[in-house]
Amino acid sequence: MNTTDQEIVLSAQGLVKRFGGITATGNVSLSLCKGARHALIGPNGAGKTTLINLLTGVLQPTEGSIFLNGQDITRLPPHQRVHRGMVRTFQINQLFDTLTPLQTLALTLSQHYRHGMRWWKALGNNHRINERCEELLEQFHLAEVMNQQTRHLAYGKRRLLEIAIALACEPRVLLLDEPVAGVPAGEREELLATVTALPEEVSVLLIEHDMDLVFNFAKCMTVLVNGTVLTEGDPDAIAKNEQVKAVYLGTEAAHG
Amino acid sequence: MLTILFDGIAYGMLLFVLAVGLSVTMGLMNFINLAHGAFAMTGGYVTVLLMQRMDVPFLLCLPAAFISTAVLGVIFERTLYRHMYHRSHLDQVLFSIGLTFMSVASMTYAMSSSQQIIQLPEWLKGRTEIGEGTWVLGMGHYRIFLIVICALLAWGLQAILTHSRFGSRLRASVDDQRVAAGLGINVNGIFMITFAAGSGLAGLGGALGIEVLGLDPSFPLKYLIYFLIVVAVGGTSSITGPLFAALLLGIADVAGKYYIPQMGAFIVYTLMIVILLWRPHGLFERKGGK
Amino acid sequence: MESASLSLQAHSRWKHLETVFWLFALLSPWLLAKHALIINEIVIVALFALSLDLILGYTGIVSLGHAAFFGFGAYSAALFAIHVMPDPLLGLLFGAGISLLLGALCSVLILRGSDLTRLMVTLAVALILKELSNKLSWLTGGTDGLQGVMMGPVLGKFDFDIRGITAAWYSLAVTFLLFLLIRRLVHSPFGATLTAIRDNRLRAMAIGIPVSTRIAVIYSISAAIAGAAGALLAQTSSFASPDVFAFDRSADILLILVIGGTGWLYGGIIGAIVFKLLQDVISSITPEYWTFWIGAFLIALVIVGRERFLYPWKWFAKR
Repeated sequence: MNTTDQEIVLSAQGLVKRFGGITATGNVSLSLCKGARHALIGPNGAGKTTLINLLTGVLQPTEGSIFLNGQDITRLPPHQRVHRGMVRTFQINQLFDTLTPLQTLALTLSQHYRHGMRWWKALGNNHRINERCEELLEQFHLAEVMNQQTRHLAYGKRRLLEIAIALACEPRVLLLDEPVAGVPAGEREELLATVTALPEEVSVLLIEHDMDLVFNFAKCMTVLVNGTVLTEGDPDAIAKNEQVKAVYLGTEAAHG
Repeated sequence: MLTILFDGIAYGMLLFVLAVGLSVTMGLMNFINLAHGAFAMTGGYVTVLLMQRMDVPFLLCLPAAFISTAVLGVIFERTLYRHMYHRSHLDQVLFSIGLTFMSVASMTYAMSSSQQIIQLPEWLKGRTEIGEGTWVLGMGHYRIFLIVICALLAWGLQAILTHSRFGSRLRASVDDQRVAAGLGINVNGIFMITFAAGSGLAGLGGALGIEVLGLDPSFPLKYLIYFLIVVAVGGTSSITGPLFAALLLGIADVAGKYYIPQMGAFIVYTLMIVILLWRPHGLFERKGGK
Repeated sequence: MESASLSLQAHSRWKHLETVFWLFALLSPWLLAKHALIINEIVIVALFALSLDLILGYTGIVSLGHAAFFGFGAYSAALFAIHVMPDPLLGLLFGAGISLLLGALCSVLILRGSDLTRLMVTLAVALILKELSNKLSWLTGGTDGLQGVMMGPVLGKFDFDIRGITAAWYSLAVTFLLFLLIRRLVHSPFGATLTAIRDNRLRAMAIGIPVSTRIAVIYSISAAIAGAAGALLAQTSSFASPDVFAFDRSADILLILVIGGTGWLYGGIIGAIVFKLLQDVISSITPEYWTFWIGAFLIALVIVGRERFLYPWKWFAKR
């Protein structure tokens, strides 16, 4: 186990992103080992979501490169990064509003199994996909609403679907952008349980504001402030770090 | 050759005045208004009516065309357009096509489908030639007049946008509506004034264009593509973008029709497609924008 | 819990109403022999609208120049009949195939830029083709178009008759077959990925859908079907003129699709029936001002809201 732990699956080197004159990400380097439970924290506007967008290819970095399993993916379009096992969730739900949860998952799975170009058979004709759909719906408590249009679902359900879609892609590297934000307490536990129950070999990068959750979950943490890495280390070291305290206390005081 | 360049510039300037309102409304409200040409046509017909029926001098007709279409613009903005700002682009397209169709049919009904002609004042007829041989520059007086008027307008618009209070509010609203509203700017009012001014300019352009572009009820459809080219190529973030795009379009069109007449408007369309392939957001879009 | 398989396939199962509709449609040239000409027109327009529904309704791409492919198919089929051979089916295949290629070429243009650029580019392609059909008179007959195109019998047996009954049968049969194909397509995993792209392009990418490729594929297919509709028109009317590329035609087809509702296949068909019948009635009363009423109708439609217009009972629904 120890040797595989050291295998780096995702690494970003010297990422810079500028919008016009504003630098949103300034020289960020980050690496994720196989099976990592890595948290990315930082105050609002620190550039956490921008970093995720860079990693997944929604944005192109101004400078720097990104490697997935040792291959340079800096210039790959987003969908090819997904094919290589890197999947994300969104901070703000990004769902298919006119489809039902069932249709959404079935479509995601059929795309995942490379059936996306099949046009002669109906969606739902594949036994394996249907079974997996039922499993996922059950697991995420979506079974009773599986035939309602997504846009009519309650927020909590939508949030669960958001995560379910990502897991349907069977990620090897999973980027979670504030997964439990706005989730009602009851469903929150379920969600956390699912995330903790992820297979050990899946590497997870978690963005979250809830410090209890972060400290329970993460084995390693990166603190991002103003688009640059402030510090990196295990949770104990971060908890003791004076600079981090200052940043968080400072912002909390400001929100105050 | 210089003559062609000159005619092209005059033509381009005219297109600029016609299309600049569309560019600003599109940038400001993200609204695709395919009925813009209908306002231009209205301005043209106002001029024709005033001159033919009431013998109003041409120079007085121009402000009349501006004001009447601006008023029309306000009425339409208040009653119809403002319901469309937050609709999907498909709805906006359908709506403005509908408006265009209605205007075309109504004009045909009211004014017949024939071409309208106006009598220009004497001092705008004729032309002056400078130089000799291949470098001769023949300038129609009316085209000199066009260039002067349109250049003044462009300069004036630029000055208003960059130096006045209204201009800075307008630019703030274009950049980010919500923030602008948060700063206490009356975005609704700005929309209305801009829409009115844009329609008014189109009407003025329509009046100025009778001599150059012709005027009949199919005007809004015939020149729709030209307006759209100016906006798409020029971008919606400045005055200079559409200005350069309009000049480029004017010169390319005049030169193309002169040198390779059998190709017709083919050159312009192809040029536009090539430009949009190369720069999908127009030639002058700010880098790092949305 | 209902099984996933059943719920998923509920949409793709044939409903009785559909069967009845198609039975009636396929028998209509026989039942309404007097109106065969207008039936033929309606069917062609319906097929054209169906092709637009694939990109607008299912994939969410606005196009103002779909007549480009319609016209291209019409000219290709007419030229094929004149210069190669008069067999209608081969001509139809040729027209659709050529339009498919054009669609593939044009799809490069619509992948980038905003809705505005897409509108422009689609509009410009149709205008360029119209210009070309006007200017290349040695090939296209210029403004007069290609007239009196002679067609051979369908399948070598059925000659086109003056009452247009064979024509109506032929168009109906072709449209029905294409409809079956399209119906399969939209209910397949491929079709589902198109809807995903329409609903949320960002998420579509994030689950690994190659968005650009999918759009290019469906755009080409849609172009081929529009081309087939154009080919049917040229073949059954023995005529192709630059008018097939006109802006009005692109706008009309958009309207037709919107009347019947986008994204459910029958929208285009219902729209075509309503539009053509209305056109017949209104044109006989005020032929010149038909466009005025179209315009008024469009505005009313948008102001009221497309959904509520189609389903008036939604006026009273809460949402």
